[in-house]
Amino acid sequence: MKRPLKRSNAPIFWALFGAGGMLSALLGPMLVFITGIAVPLGLLLPADTMSYPKMLAFAQNLIGKGFIFAIIALFLWHAAHRIFHSLHDIGIHAGRGARLLCYGLAMLGTVLAAYALLATGF
Amino acid sequence: MPEQQKTIEIEVLRYNPETDQVPYAQVFAVPFTDDMSVLQGVQYIKDYLDGSLSFRWSCRMAICGSCGMMINGEPSLSCQTFLRDYYPERVRVEALAHFPIERDLVINMEGFIEKLESIQPYIIPKEARTLAQGEYLQTPAQLNAYEQFSSCINCLLCYAACPQFGLNKDFVGPAALTLLHRYNMDSRDGGQAERMQLVNAEEGVFNCTAVGYCSEVCPKHVDPANAVNLNKTNSAMDYFLRFLAPKGGTK
Amino acid sequence: MSKRRPYVRPMDGWWRKNPYFVEYMIHEGTALFVAAYAAVLLFGLLRLAQGEAAWNGWLLALKSPWSIGFHLLALAAIGYHAYTWFKIMPRTMPPLVVGGKRLPAWAITGGGLAAAGAASLLLFVLVWGLAR
Repeated sequence: MKRPLKRSNAPIFWALFGAGGMLSALLGPMLVFITGIAVPLGLLLPADTMSYPKMLAFAQNLIGKGFIFAIIALFLWHAAHRIFHSLHDIGIHAGRGARLLCYGLAMLGTVLAAYALLATGF
Repeated sequence: MPEQQKTIEIEVLRYNPETDQVPYAQVFAVPFTDDMSVLQGVQYIKDYLDGSLSFRWSCRMAICGSCGMMINGEPSLSCQTFLRDYYPERVRVEALAHFPIERDLVINMEGFIEKLESIQPYIIPKEARTLAQGEYLQTPAQLNAYEQFSSCINCLLCYAACPQFGLNKDFVGPAALTLLHRYNMDSRDGGQAERMQLVNAEEGVFNCTAVGYCSEVCPKHVDPANAVNLNKTNSAMDYFLRFLAPKGGTK
Repeated sequence: MSKRRPYVRPMDGWWRKNPYFVEYMIHEGTALFVAAYAAVLLFGLLRLAQGEAAWNGWLLALKSPWSIGFHLLALAAIGYHAYTWFKIMPRTMPPLVVGGKRLPAWAITGGGLAAAGAASLLLFVLVWGLAR
């Protein structure tokens, strides 16, 4: 065993991974069904469920903003962490490059989501 | 009148460091009875077919933890795995995965022994007591907190089941981290802060990706995956809370 | 001189060698769909910020057969993620003791799946209520 030991920074990414994993396990399938299948095909829900005025109002509401931000950002961080480990699993060295690519894209998505939510106004 | 003698094919991964560049498979036809374990099949090979075959064994009753092998690709104790369950197919026997092969079915476990030492697998008393003060008392509930994690027999099946150990030999790994957890959970022990340094380190729990296979193959139902994953939570708490309580034991 | 020469076996293709690992790689692979779905949502959010015409373009794109096909796949993948997430939960969370007895694994997995079902139903009812 090599000494001295260096503390891992994984808890930050692991916590985001866990939060996103739990959120996507609880709500992911239903969200995909609503936004990707039911609304586009006009099933079960009113035709204007995701109309511009309704979605804008939702995105301008503070709770709505928080919900949208949590879903997009945490899903991204969850996926980034898993994919980062999967790259290691298939033999791609889990070094700085893989880390930058996975977590960098999640960070970019998070910043873009925050920007768009500010741009939609309050 | 005994039944007709049955014969099973056992394919063994052979490796002799003095003559072989790489391991190779060798097939033996072994007569067997329904009560014979894979270990007994391998012993038959050594006694009657090829005396050079090397493997470890001792107790024959799943408590010493020496006879672990990959049997048809699954980490198993060969003493409690039976030839009848594979017959009439061939059974493949190989040294435990993820460890260097010393010779035939014998692995090199030096790395594991070092890890075992590094977790300080003994009680570091919270308070020094003299003999006159009597024994350290423990309630059944306090015993319960660690008892399951104390059943490990160091058979290393969990390491052979852990791809993360296979990919990164520095990972402390399931059995050692489980034993670490066992001592941290002991009410008489005060060594947690010291051991957490290893849990938190780059060699520590965050190498685990919750594959869970270690707990599937554990012959003593120790559930190492649980011990490792509980310590991810412990480590994350330690990571974030140290900003609130900078006097914590870990750096 | 030592005759020792320990042989280290390569790890190439380890995940193909055991059905348990194949399943592990599949459930880890669901992350690709989680990422793709988050990207679709993020794109929609950016279009929303750009105004009505942009948003309607995104809504229209969601109706294409490619999009429906993707979302059906994503539904299956993220559904499988949810199942495997709760299936591993008995191994990742502290033991739950109820009435002096440790809760069995199936109860924790079942509880998680029931919570997911309830949360999904609640979400659907909320969306339905907001849209009406």
